[in-house]
Amino acid sequence: MAIVGRALLILALVVALYGIAVSLYGAVRRREEWIVSGRRSVYAIAGLVTGAFAILEYAFLTSDFAFATVASHSSTTTPTFYQAAAAWSSQEGSLLLWLWLLSLWSTLVLFGTRRQLRIVAPWATAVLLGFAAFFAALLVFKETPFALLAVAPAEGAGLNPLLRHPSMMIHPPMLYSGYTLFTIPFAFAVGALITRQVGAADWIRATRRFALAAWLFLGIGILLGARWSYSELGWGGYWAWDPVENASLLPWLTGTAFIHSIMIQEKRGMLKIWNVSLVLATGTLAILGTFLVRSGILDSIHAFGASTLGVPFVILIGIMIGGSIGLVVWRREALRSENRLDSLLSREAIFLLNNLVLVAMAFVVFWGTFWPLIAEALTGTRRSLGPPWFDTYTVPLAIVLVLLSGIGPVIAWRKATPANARRNFLLPAVAALGLGGVLAAFGAASRPAALAMFVCGAFVVASVGQEFWRGVGVRRAMTGEGPLRALRSLVARNRRRYGGYLVHVGMALLFVGVAASSAFNNARDVRLTPGQTTRAGGYEFTYAKATSRVSTTKAGELEKISFGAVVDVRRDGEKIVTLRPERGFFPSRDIRGLGPVGRFFEGEATSEVGLQAGIRRDVWTAMTPDIRNLMPTIEEGDRVFAAAAGKLPPELEGQALGQALSGIVRQYIASKPAATFRVITSPLVTWIWLGAIVVFLGGLIALWPGPDAPGRRVSARYAARVAEELGRA
Amino acid sequence: MDILALLVIVMVLVAVLAIVASPLRGDTRERVRGEAADEIAELEARKEAKYREIRDAEMDLRTGKLSPEDHRELDRALRAEAVVILKALDEAGG
Amino acid sequence: MPPARKRRIRLVVALSAAVLLACALVYTSLLSSSESVTPSDLTAAKAGTSYTLTGKVVDGSVRSTDGGVDFRVRDREGRTSVPVSYNGAVPDPFREGREVIITVRKQGTTFVGERDSLVTKCPSKFTEDATQRASS
Repeated sequence: MAIVGRALLILALVVALYGIAVSLYGAVRRREEWIVSGRRSVYAIAGLVTGAFAILEYAFLTSDFAFATVASHSSTTTPTFYQAAAAWSSQEGSLLLWLWLLSLWSTLVLFGTRRQLRIVAPWATAVLLGFAAFFAALLVFKETPFALLAVAPAEGAGLNPLLRHPSMMIHPPMLYSGYTLFTIPFAFAVGALITRQVGAADWIRATRRFALAAWLFLGIGILLGARWSYSELGWGGYWAWDPVENASLLPWLTGTAFIHSIMIQEKRGMLKIWNVSLVLATGTLAILGTFLVRSGILDSIHAFGASTLGVPFVILIGIMIGGSIGLVVWRREALRSENRLDSLLSREAIFLLNNLVLVAMAFVVFWGTFWPLIAEALTGTRRSLGPPWFDTYTVPLAIVLVLLSGIGPVIAWRKATPANARRNFLLPAVAALGLGGVLAAFGAASRPAALAMFVCGAFVVASVGQEFWRGVGVRRAMTGEGPLRALRSLVARNRRRYGGYLVHVGMALLFVGVAASSAFNNARDVRLTPGQTTRAGGYEFTYAKATSRVSTTKAGELEKISFGAVVDVRRDGEKIVTLRPERGFFPSRDIRGLGPVGRFFEGEATSEVGLQAGIRRDVWTAMTPDIRNLMPTIEEGDRVFAAAAGKLPPELEGQALGQALSGIVRQYIASKPAATFRVITSPLVTWIWLGAIVVFLGGLIALWPGPDAPGRRVSARYAARVAEELGRA
Repeated sequence: MDILALLVIVMVLVAVLAIVASPLRGDTRERVRGEAADEIAELEARKEAKYREIRDAEMDLRTGKLSPEDHRELDRALRAEAVVILKALDEAGG
Repeated sequence: MPPARKRRIRLVVALSAAVLLACALVYTSLLSSSESVTPSDLTAAKAGTSYTLTGKVVDGSVRSTDGGVDFRVRDREGRTSVPVSYNGAVPDPFREGREVIITVRKQGTTFVGERDSLVTKCPSKFTEDATQRASS
């Protein structure tokens, strides 16, 4: 079947190249049949790549180790869910996933616009097929998922234990969905620029939902990574300004600016240059993000290896940057604004400021991420920047951003007068400042940046609440409905607006959570022996006793050895919770040079974090066991088993090994071992995840398809009115 | 390469060719009819968007984000644009 | 003030703000970044300056200490290695043979690692390891 998979990808590449040719030919010569053939090529590629992906998945699920990628990333003992997800834990599998998602969304958008955008669509098709051809070429010539091993091993290498977490497996598909969805508006922007159709907002209207969906998926993907980092890794943080994290954030920032800025173009015909520039930048950054993860050019915890794919990607990114700049300059006449900015206190101005802040943030993150390369080019030495530098700039920018998200939806178009400013802002401002005063009295003033964020967050919630209140009032005045029904129909008829408001509330909660947990957390690293207690943030952490266990798989094989602790957490003498942090040691598969007993401690190690999440604060702990005292026993075990090697039948040897390991873990407990603990109490961390859920819900509402109002009857009424006025005028 | 794989590849090849090449042998009359329907669909989409804008503007007026004079001006402009679209729809036969 | 003049003033203000931000970025990044070095670069290290060290953990050099871990870091391809003493939470993937990034300061003959700055690179994903593993 591998050969079929290979053939499908080769066919996909050929069809993509064909599709580009006929789409361009049809566009230039205005020959409908070639354009349709080009569109059908996209459908065909979707089918071909789906087939290829299915073959790969099948190989993983059936543990077909003849496939090289299955042998190196999966094993028979890997649980089924992770077997399926292991498909994209490899370079070649992830590229295939990217191509598959691209082909799906491309099919969706081209099918949905097959009767519209007749001038722009063929060019957009060509661009999308260009991306498809690029990735297909990589898969065919450089990194094939269908390489076969001459001799299929009996067992695979298995999935890295660090990745055996649901978040970690959903994280890549989410990110890739975000990246690939952003290529859709990118492609249509390119098409609109080439055909000088950028004046009308048609290309925006057709791709707006894709941009919003991209934004949503990318955001969720980023948050899943943060969540995994917090709850699975032993450092207790959720964001490290790591280059790969930053690479996924960049298109999200410019994408946020884009989905807001297009509203101004739709309403007032302004910011056209901004919009095309933002969407072209977002698409380019999405490709850059895809590339950075696998390039190895920057030092990162996600160092997925220096690969051979660097050069093709750099060329593609170069073409995208050069082409984008060229297109915008070439069509600048068509991108002229239809209206001018009347006042700096207007919704148009706030949206413009929003663009500026987001682009500034993106620039800061970009600069900090690529600084090692820039510095090397400028000064000859590689230099790197740490989180404090990033925080210096992103914190004030984030505060301004949250503030703008409270002002934007409410401020008047064209020019805010003192009268309507008072009407719209007085209540939320008073509420927010009042809350700020209260918090300051409780000690929040010691961290002014966090306090500012709290005030701005409160402002957002208050102003959105006011919007809902007023909207329900208007609706009830119009229809006499009860409040709950009015709320439902208000949201249903104005999905974009009220879904968007909900997203703002979610983001405010998220940022408040980030501010509180960064500014007011208490962390301690301490070494304890059983019975000892340490304090952090008003809580007492007592290392009650050591734990240890040997875990076996369902097949009876030894999976890992865990050393842990029972930690009692108290506050003011009262017991709050018992946490059980652990460190798990997986056996090394590579047995060269390692003793039969020792190899169980030389493989991967994972932390099991002890975490109690709460609405007001999280209590978090991770531990590192001190197993130095066990080393003599382990070494002795190595000697004994090495000497006895081959003298016992395998089952007995396995049993003896099991007994030796059980003895070691018992010895650990008996020795009352010291351990190093990291304990953290962090306020409002849960608000980050809750805020993310609210963002997701709001985004879904805003995305939801269908007419925003009962279509036929109302439009007929409007049509009659418009026609009537036409007769009168 | 075994016979089954070869068969599958050939079948896929034929299917792809059929999907991709079929429009090239299409009917001119059908195409023209299709084009007219497409134009109507595009105008309908524009019309719906314009109506949305008119409704949004009214909402903005009622919630105090648009002054009455601004709303009057905006509403007039939007309705004029709606009329243009309706006229175009009439001409296209929708 | 005529609108054209207003717009020009706004443009000037906006551009000035952008230039200011850019200058601030460049200045602070030159000031607060630490030099990225390999072990062989550290032979000329100055005491007290912080460096971002990248390299591989030398096989057999890892010793647990009460507060953390002591180990040696060598060039990716090479023999020069330096001793590092690190206090703090040791990341899960840390082990000998892996590539690490750590911010260190020279103290006497050893390099002391800054808390929480030890980063171990995830080894097993998109590497050319497949061929290496198959052949080893």
